[in-house]
Order: sequence, then C-alpha cells, then structure tokens
Amino acid sequence: MTDTSTTPQDPTGADPRPSGPAARVQNLTKTYGSGQAKVVALDDVTLDLHRGEFTAVMGPSGSGKSTLMHCCAALDTATSGSVLIGDTDLSRLKDKELTRLRRDQIGFVFQSFNLVPTLTAEENILLPLSIAGRKPDADWYRTVIETVGLQDRLDHRPNQLSGGQQQRVAVARALASRPAIVFADEPTGNLDSRSGAEVLTLLRRSVDEFGQTIVMVTHDPVAAAFTDRVVFLADGKVVDEIREPDRETVLDRMTRMDARQLDRLAGAQA
Amino acid sequence: MFKAAWKSLMGRKLRLLMSTFAIVLGVAFVAGSLIFTDTLSRSFDAIFASSVGDVVVRPTGTSADDGPATTRTVPASLVDDLAEVDGAARADGNVSSFSTFVVGENGKVIGGQGAPGIGANWSDAPAAHGLEGLAITEGHAPRNGDEVALDAGTAERAGFEIGDTVHLVTSSAEAVLRPTLVGIAEFADGGSTNGATITVFDTTTAQDLFVGGKDAFNDVWVTADEGVSQEELRDDVAAALPAGFEAVTGDTAADEAASELVEAISFLSTFLLIFAGIALVVGSFLIVNTFSILVAQRSRELALLRAIGASRRQVTRSVMFEAVVLGAVGSTIGLGLGVLLAMGIRALFATFGLDLSGQDLIIAARTPIAAYAVGILVTVVAAYIPARRSARIPPVAALRDDVAMPESALHWRLVAGAALIVGGGAAMVAGLVSDIPRPGWWVGGGILAVLLGVAAASPVISRPVVGLAAVLYRRIYGSVGTLAGQNALRNPRRTAATASALMIGLALVTTMSILGSSAKDSVDKTIEENFYGDLVVSNVIGVPFSTSIADKIEKTDGVASVSRLRYAIAQVDGDGQGVMGVDPTSLRAAANVPMVEGELTDLDDGKVLISDSRAEDENVGVGDTVTISFPNGKEDLEVAGIYTTDNNTVLFYPYTLTLSTLADAGFQAADNYLLIQTEPGADVAALQRTIEEQTAELPTVTVKDQQGFAEEQRAPIDQMLLLIYALLGLALVIAVLGIINTLALSVIERTREVGLLRAIGLGRSQLRRMIRLEAIAIAVLGAVLGVGMGLVFGLALMSSLADEGLEVITVPTLQLVGYVLAAGFVGVLAAVFPARRAARLDVLQAIATE
Repeated sequence: MTDTSTTPQDPTGADPRPSGPAARVQNLTKTYGSGQAKVVALDDVTLDLHRGEFTAVMGPSGSGKSTLMHCCAALDTATSGSVLIGDTDLSRLKDKELTRLRRDQIGFVFQSFNLVPTLTAEENILLPLSIAGRKPDADWYRTVIETVGLQDRLDHRPNQLSGGQQQRVAVARALASRPAIVFADEPTGNLDSRSGAEVLTLLRRSVDEFGQTIVMVTHDPVAAAFTDRVVFLADGKVVDEIREPDRETVLDRMTRMDARQLDRLAGAQA
Repeated sequence: MFKAAWKSLMGRKLRLLMSTFAIVLGVAFVAGSLIFTDTLSRSFDAIFASSVGDVVVRPTGTSADDGPATTRTVPASLVDDLAEVDGAARADGNVSSFSTFVVGENGKVIGGQGAPGIGANWSDAPAAHGLEGLAITEGHAPRNGDEVALDAGTAERAGFEIGDTVHLVTSSAEAVLRPTLVGIAEFADGGSTNGATITVFDTTTAQDLFVGGKDAFNDVWVTADEGVSQEELRDDVAAALPAGFEAVTGDTAADEAASELVEAISFLSTFLLIFAGIALVVGSFLIVNTFSILVAQRSRELALLRAIGASRRQVTRSVMFEAVVLGAVGSTIGLGLGVLLAMGIRALFATFGLDLSGQDLIIAARTPIAAYAVGILVTVVAAYIPARRSARIPPVAALRDDVAMPESALHWRLVAGAALIVGGGAAMVAGLVSDIPRPGWWVGGGILAVLLGVAAASPVISRPVVGLAAVLYRRIYGSVGTLAGQNALRNPRRTAATASALMIGLALVTTMSILGSSAKDSVDKTIEENFYGDLVVSNVIGVPFSTSIADKIEKTDGVASVSRLRYAIAQVDGDGQGVMGVDPTSLRAAANVPMVEGELTDLDDGKVLISDSRAEDENVGVGDTVTISFPNGKEDLEVAGIYTTDNNTVLFYPYTLTLSTLADAGFQAADNYLLIQTEPGADVAALQRTIEEQTAELPTVTVKDQQGFAEEQRAPIDQMLLLIYALLGLALVIAVLGIINTLALSVIERTREVGLLRAIGLGRSQLRRMIRLEAIAIAVLGAVLGVGMGLVFGLALMSSLADEGLEVITVPTLQLVGYVLAAGFVGVLAAVFPARRAARLDVLQAIATE
C-alpha cells in the first residue's frame, strides 16, 4: 500500500512557541498481530507536542489516532521508536515506573467519563493525588474547582450528576495534579453540543490561563476548532496539519482526506 | 430464545462452575452418604446371611442383639432332639462370645475399635439356604484347648501363621489364652468379616470358656432337608420345643442382626445428610449471588432481548434454563465426587476396624435420583430470585449507557428477616423449653430460620459493621482504603449474601465450640467433685473383661478396695434398658452417687435402685416394685432408692442392682469398670504401675488415675467435635469459594473502573490491596455475624441443657476471637486470585470495556 498523498508542510517543522515540546514522538511504529494478520496501527510517526498548546489529533476510524494517544499516555507500548514525556523515554520504563508516570505527569479525560461511582465528585477529583499520597495544593485546587464551576456539586456522586457535569469532574481530576500533559479521548463524544462546548471551553481556558498542555483525539470539527493545532492521521501516518484551525478549514481538510481515501479505495479495486 | 441462553451459558462456563461448587459438595454429601449406607447394609446382609442357619433355636428373649452374653443356654440333649424333627437334616449347637480379642505380635489388639471380637466353637454346619458358612481353608479345625483357628483377615493382620502361638484376651474366667494356631477359616462364599475378628475353638473349650463348662450352647442351627422351606421347618421345630425356647427362620435372624448393626452405624449417614443440607443452604446463597451479578452484567443484553420482543417470561425462563443446566452439571460432578466420598468414608472406617473392602460400592437407583433432584432443585430455587428480577429490566435499558438493576426496597427484606428471626427464635424456645414431640427438629428448624432471617436482613444489619470497616480503612490506608470500603458498601446485598455463607458455617462452628468446651468442663467438674477413687481400670473398647483381673488386684498390697461395675441390657415393658451391677459398700467409698431418695447402701440383693427420670416415667417411688425381664425370666424387684444420672460418673443406666442379683438374672460375670481405693499413704503412681504390669498381657484393659479417667471421659467429646469441625470446615471452604467467586465477578463487573484507576496511576500492589481489603471486610463481617449468632445459639442450648447435668457454661473466648482473626486471613486468601486477576488486566482493554 502506497501513500499517494502529498504532505503540504513538514509536520515536525519549526516550532512557533518558545517553550519546547512537552512530549516527543520519534519514529513510533505500532503493529498488532503478525504474518498475514499483521496490522500496522502506527507507521513511523514522528511528532512534537508543544508545551502550553492545545493539540487535536484527527483522522478517520482506524487511522491510528487512539493508538497514538495511548502510546503517548503510557497506556500502551510501542513496537519500535520512542515516546518522550519531558526527558523521560517511556520505552525504557517498567510497569511500576509507567504507573508512577501516569500518576504524576499525565492527566486523562475519557469519552465515557470513567469516574469511580462510589466516590463523591471531590474524592474523584483528588483521587490521583490521594493515590500518590500527595496533598493537594489548596490554591490550585480552588482555582481548578472554580474554573470547572462545580463548587456546589462536590459532595455529589457521579450518578447524581449530568453527563456534562461528570465530564467537568473528569477534567478537574485531570488538572488537579498539575500534570505535564493532559490527554483527552473524544471528551465530548458522549455529550450534547451545549455540554460539549462547556467542556471544550474549560479545556481551552486551562491552556490559556494555566499554560496546560492538552492533546485531544476527536472526530468533531467543532471540537477541533477550539484547539491551536490539528494533526491529521491516516493509515498510521501523519498526513496533514493545520494551525489556528476553524471549523471550515478542518471540515475542508477532512473532506479532502475522505476524497483521497475514496480515490485510493477505487484504485485498489481497479 | 434457548439458543441465546445456551450461548450465554457457554460464554461463562468457568464463572458458573465456580458458583456450582457448593452444589457439587452438597450433592456429593447426599450421594456419598446414600452410597455408603447402601454398601454398609448390603455388606452386613451378606455377612449375616452366612452366619445363621435355616432355623435358629435360642432361649426366648436372647436375640442376637448387642447385649452382653447371657448364661442362658440350649442343652446338648435338645440339639439331638432337634436333629430328629421332620424336615431337619441336622442340628448343630453354637457357642459364641463377642469379647474374645486377638492380640497382634506388636502387642496391639487386632480390630476392636467397635467391631466385635467373636469367639465361637467349630462347627461345619451349613448356613441358611445351603451357603457354606465359615470353612477351614488351611490347616485343620481345632481339636482341643491348645488349638485355635482364626479367620484369614485377622491372622494376616496379626501376622500369625499356622504353628504360631496366638495371644488371646477374653472376658471369661481365663483372661489370657495362648493356644496354637492350627487352622485358617474363611467365608467360603467370599463374605468379608467387615473388620470383626473370629476365633474358633473346639466345642468343649468354647463351652468351658463361654457357657461355664456345661454341655450346652448359646443357640442351635437346624438345617432343612432339601425342599423344606425355612418357615415349614420353623413351625415343625417350634412344635418340638419345650417352654423357654424359640425358633426363628434364618432370614429373620439375619435381618434382626443386620438391621440393628446397620442402624447403629448409620448415624453417620444422618450426620452427612445434615451437612449436605448445610452445604446446600450455604451454596444457595452463592448461587443467588452469582446469578444476580451475572444477570446484572448482562442486563443490557437481556434488555435488548426484551426490546426485540421477548416477553418477561421468556427472559425469566432463559435465566432459569441456565440454572437447570448448571444444577444438572453440578449434580453430575457431585455424584462422581459422592462415589469418591463413599470410598473415603469406607477407607476411614477401615482404620477404625470396620473393613468393608470385601463389598463393592452399591449405587442404588435412589442415589442418582436424589442427587439430581437435590442439585437441580436447589440451583433453580436459588436462581429464581435473580431471574425474576432480570425480567423487570425495562426494554429501554438496552439503549441506555448505565443500567441499574431494578432492586426491591431493602425494608421488605428487613421485615421478612425479622419475621424469620422471631419465628425461628420462638421455634427454638419451644423445642428447648416446652414438651413438644421431636424437640430436635424444632430447635434445628429454629436455628435455620434465624440464620436465614439474619441472612435476609444482613444488608441492613451489616451496615454498621462494614461502615466501621470503611472508616478504619480510610484512616489507615488512605484513598486505597476509601475505595475498598466504598466497594464493600456499594452493593450491600452482595456483600451481605457473600458474608452470610461464611456466617452460617461459623455460627454452627461457634455453637459447637461452646457446647463442646462446656461439656468437657462439665465432665472435669463432675469427676473432680464426685469421684474419689484413686485408680480406674477400664476397657478401651467398652467390652467387659475377665473377673480374674479384679481378683488379682484385690490381693495387691496397698489396695484398700476394688469396686466392680458391670453393665447389661434387660427388657422392661418390651424395651431394652441398661442395667448396672454394683457393690454398694465399696462403690460408696469410691464415688459420690447423687441420690434423690434413699441411700446407695440401701441397695441389697433382690432390690433395685432406679434413676429419677425412669422413676418419673414409670411413676414408681421407694418401696414400689418394678418388673424386669432378665435372661433367666421376669423378676419383681423392690425400689430401694432413687438416684439422678446428672453429674453421675458411675451410674448412668436407669436400673442398678447388686452384683449377685445381676449374676442370678442370667448374665455372664464380667467386669466393665473397676474403681480402686488405695490404702492411706500408699503410692498411687507405684500402684498404678504394678496394676499395669499385672494387666500387661491384656492390651484391652487400661489403668488410669483420676486425671487420666477424666481425659478418657472427654475423649469421645473431642472425637465428636473433631468430626463436626471437619465437616463444618467444608461449609467454610464453600464460603471462601463464595468470596473468591463474588470478588472475581465484581472485578469483572468493575473492569472499566479498574482500568481507570490503573490509568490514573493506581499501582498494581495498591490495586491488590484494595481488593484484599474488600475481601477482609466481607470475611470479617461474616465472622462477626456468625460468631455472634453462634454465641446466642450456644448459650441458649447450654442454658436449656443445664437441667441435664451440663451445668458448666464455658465460652471459649480465645477460640472465638481466633475464628474472627482466621476469617480475616481467609479474606486475604480469598482475595489472592481475584486481585491477581485485576492486577493483570490490560489497562487499555479494561477502559474500553462496556
């Protein structure tokens, strides 16, 4: 299978921000299975995720965007290549160290909220800190709570909260430990557009106000429009990138990618 | 619909099989006890068929039951007359005793743990229905007092070969015999002796030993001519008999003998069936739990079935179908295990001297029928509650993300539980205090009802306990503790049902511990207070021993007195009653006999002492007469005094006579106990050694001081407790498996949550600790409830038994604390597998799990 697309600009190109990358992906390849059943999920991906930047990773289903995120987030291991969070090379770490890294350096927001049902909102938010045995920074905690706007919902259990509220709790949980990088996997996928917009605004504000680095996987051009940079993946490769995207540009690129995909399918059948 | 149910069943084989383990065990107990009972009775049927003649003639009222040998006999002249009866081919007299034991070369008694040591005269008479009976297969039959034959099994176990000198112990005047082994006897038709030992003497020697040297026999076999039935011959023989003798057919005699023996041994079956019941009750809790969890996990799938048009009934039925399949599988495995269990019991009995190895296991039709009926029924009944709940899942749940199972309100369970507790408590009180028939059933049923009531109400009752655990966990273990505590609290039904299984087992263990330790302390106290004798000579097997032993001890320096105690069984109004023979004067010196009326020394020849309960039943008082049927006939005896059997170490049978009255009544003279008083200043320990030397050749006879005597009295209680603990231990194993199963299923149910916790940085060891803490909370909850219930049951039972001599109530506090601690440890063990499983979950897949 050959990639007939042309890359309009070098994806690893010059960094417009001075702060350097929060995470570096170098020649990352991830394959599943072997022989005939071998599937290449990521094919020699190289990418820098910049500090203080809100990055969206987009692409059709099966493009490898989730795998990319899982590998960056120390949830999955690469077949070859490396991922660096700050200066730490994940491929050199054992399970215990990976767990610690996730706990201290990485925050997560999942599509299906994934709160612990037995704990209150506040306990959920503080859980990563509490697992680590660390005390929350009181000022920071207050800031986070105010930002997500859940002051009067802290004693509620997840099942007493709406989907949007649950996802805001999840965002607060991700921010509470001041991680180097927050990964969000389709955070608005299960929300209506208004709740979704609230959550996206929240993520945007944490980038703008606290300098948080966020990487978000999404399908939604509206969600992508909240970010600073959109990276497009197809067939396990980075195929395109937009800076300062708006909904129309994203939609346009997606359509073009779809067209290319269709062309290729037609070509393969011919 | 069934296809869907079948597929879902196959998809969770392992999980379901784990939960059927309890059913497997319960069914195994049912099947095992049935198989063992059938095998036992078949085997004894076989023996007794070979040990009766076509017609048996015996003195009236001397059936082949377990009473001590009587002195009543059939004279040899009558045997000759019987051979002349029409239809009789021949008549042969038999002499037999049940307390002739063979001592092996290692100085230990062969068999003799309850199996009789049969001593008999040699006779080549055929057994009933032309069976060959005992035949000499090696060497020759004994011809004089210096010769003896043994059954093949005994000779082999003792290590004797033909020509060896055999060491025998008898209850006759000659305590020790050392004849030469000249023959090996076997049941020609392949019957086994089931562990009994058979020693064959020549007729004259047997008569000298067992019927006082008269030319007489204990019974006579009359063999039928060809074509004459047992009944015809019996009628002809009966017509020829003088008064005082009776004729019974061989079949009847064999049945009598077999059924009494089998009944005596089959208490074990009752025992096993009770534990099968416990295992099944405990198991049904786990099934309810497992099905509830499985149904909850599948709620979306079931809702989907409803959404595409399945009716409620179909959903319920599909779950019930799974239960039926599961019950059938569990029963099948249980049946197989039951066969192994029966083999195990057979092997265990062989070590106690009841050797059934000659008999193949009997699996009658009722065994598999009972096994499948019990297994499937229990599973189906237990699965019905979750199955019904599953039908209440609304179809719309298929479209929702979070499906909560419809739950009935807890307060109904509380009400039902309270009703069961009150009803059960009332039944217990009724059984313990009032005079209703079958009090055991009332008490047992009451205990079961209370246990079920507590189990039903336990989601509510357990809240404070689990809540306390949650608070402690939070304090000690921080967030991991908080998570564990919350997990234990999140589904109170599940936690409580899992803990209930442990509760039931531990409640029973605790009850037994209290009963056992109280009984032992009562024995100690009674002996300490009422027993003054310095030494006790007794027979470990409980069979009488030769009077020559007492004669010898009486002549020993330093011995002040030897008081002999003898036991016998006589008939009163058609019922067998225990009768004791004592010497009042020497007994008074050796023990305190608690008298209600009169004095021990008021007992004289021709008079009787009677127990208070017997006096009440018979409505007799001092001065009245009672009529007792002895082997030598009926006797009217004047009541000289009334004693109580409570705290009575020596008189525990309802009637007590003097030694000479007992001897005149027709019982062979043999002692069961000797109570020895030493002279003031004598060295008791030295005297004990002297008597031990005197009885060195009699391994069946032991000499004990007071402390040793108390230990001997406690030993049966210990053995009983050990057996009960062992069986209850199985109930606990089921409970532990239940915890493992519930936790494993919970982990599966919470896969996504586990994945999330791991993703946000919970380490593997922290995850394991979380699950371990939850398991400990469940186990300790079960232990606290169980020990609490057991305390209530134990104390209630003890206080109602206080009137019957068990006045000491001992609560083995340390032991009970030990149970709770052990439960905590059990929790740790139970968590190992689910925790490891959770820790191994792939984080990514876990998060992606629906």
